[in-house]
Amino acid sequence: MTLETNMLTYPRRRRVDKALRGCTLVATALAIVPLVLIIAYVLIVGGAALNRDFFTQTYRPPVPAGVDPLTGLPIEGMEEGDLSQVQARGGVLHGIVGTLMVTITALLFSLPIGILAGIFLAEYPDTPFNTFIRFCSDVLSGAPSIVIGVVGFTLIVRQTGTYSGIAGAIALTFLMVPTITRTTEEILKLVPNTVREAAMAMGAPMWYSTLTVVVPTALTGIVTGALLAFARGAGETAPLLLTIQGNSNLSFNMLAPLAALPILTYKYIESPFPAENQLAWGTAFVLMMLVLGVNLLVRITTARIKR
Amino acid sequence: MAVATQPTLATQTAHSMTVRGLKPFYGKRLAVQALDLDVRPNQILALIGPSGCGKSTVLRCLNRMHELVPYAHAEGLVKLDDINIYAPGIDPALVRRKIGMVFQLPIALRTRNIYENVAVGLRLGGIKNKAELDTRVEKALRDANLWDEVKDKLHLSGMALSGGQQQRLSIARTIAVEPDIMLFDEPCSALDPISTLRIEELLLSLRQRYTIVIVTHNMQQAARISDRTAVFMVEKNDDIPVGVLIEEGPTEQIFSTPKDPRTEDYISGRVG
Repeated sequence: MTLETNMLTYPRRRRVDKALRGCTLVATALAIVPLVLIIAYVLIVGGAALNRDFFTQTYRPPVPAGVDPLTGLPIEGMEEGDLSQVQARGGVLHGIVGTLMVTITALLFSLPIGILAGIFLAEYPDTPFNTFIRFCSDVLSGAPSIVIGVVGFTLIVRQTGTYSGIAGAIALTFLMVPTITRTTEEILKLVPNTVREAAMAMGAPMWYSTLTVVVPTALTGIVTGALLAFARGAGETAPLLLTIQGNSNLSFNMLAPLAALPILTYKYIESPFPAENQLAWGTAFVLMMLVLGVNLLVRITTARIKR
Repeated sequence: MAVATQPTLATQTAHSMTVRGLKPFYGKRLAVQALDLDVRPNQILALIGPSGCGKSTVLRCLNRMHELVPYAHAEGLVKLDDINIYAPGIDPALVRRKIGMVFQLPIALRTRNIYENVAVGLRLGGIKNKAELDTRVEKALRDANLWDEVKDKLHLSGMALSGGQQQRLSIARTIAVEPDIMLFDEPCSALDPISTLRIEELLLSLRQRYTIVIVTHNMQQAARISDRTAVFMVEKNDDIPVGVLIEEGPTEQIFSTPKDPRTEDYISGRVG
């Protein structure tokens, strides 16, 4: 007996196999390469903008070269230079604080709403009402974020007469709830029905079975949904521009305009001074690290809870 | 939880069930034709029959698990001793505590360790005292012939156990609350022969204290362990299949001199 093949079609089958594998490889590269380039560029350019002031200072106006940064007076013997010689000063502490305050507040609003709505959709029998909620949720999660910004502006900023952190948090809640709802629902549907039946067969009421058996089984997935929502909320610019407006100073007042990292990125990249453009990459870098850090933190904690 | 005005589920030493005119439905479709059945105290009643004959459906009607399937409901009379468990005002959750159920696939609750897998039913019943919990968990695990294998790893996840051990863990969880009746839905069909043997020995020892109803695909199993056997068949009713209880009697008689020719065909392997 021989293991060699003498099948006529064998060379052709091998060629087709190789060609298809090549196609998948190219497609993967097309998807991954730009992503890696973006991350690398943010890391390199943004990383270069980082220093102690960047994390500890708030906005300070840039100064032209030849001007003393402390006094703002021209230094004798030096000539005022061109725009490319302008020195950036200050940092984005106000943006970090603002983003954390607004996004975490939004998360506190949207977690209970989103998770409970997800439980309702997954655990209770389907009715036309459920289908309606699911449809609304999908539409809302696909809505352009500027629309959410306009809604926040009209409903809260116009009514209260001021831009405020709380308005931003509410606008982000509109964005985050659908994500949390739908991921919670999908994950809960993956929990085998046998687990629910085992709990019910012990004479557990529905709420007990859901809260102490079904939801803990799906906890990691629900947390992932919350993280996705957090990342989306932290990165949004349009709704925040129309609700928290931005602030050049450090502020902890949720009822007044706040700064946020995406807004600072937008502002700095628009700046005519190359030095401030670099700060934009720095803020982008911090924003990415923030999302990554929260992601890691939550993953480590849930892994520990599971054990 | 029981309110004085509601009928409560009384407990006595030997428990029986009476089924009269039970009709389980899925939506508008009748799953099994109206049937009468008696579950006698301290006996094992086996429900056998080909797939789709409704034996599991009937079993699930006995502790009101059937109605958890969307759009499913049951009509008729099912009595635990002398209380109709379908009477208005009866709490299905309390019924399920009195009539425990073990499923085909062993279920170890993933988020709980072995101890808590057994204690969960007791906690539901309102037992909070640590010493009492310890005693009853140990007793349940001993009764389920599992104690010696897990006594040193009660804090480990139930998922760490083998399939047969997980099934005995499920049984321990059901025994722990000391139900009046125990229902088994093909408890051995996912297990190897040795684990199956251990579960069968366990069922026979449990019979001394409990009344047991078991659904099984394995006719030898029914012959080995049951006192009485009920045989179900599928009939076509206007082209819609519907389950029918064709015969019920002492196991010996069902397997030696069945009255219905279809029973003989089924147990001799000619149909089903």
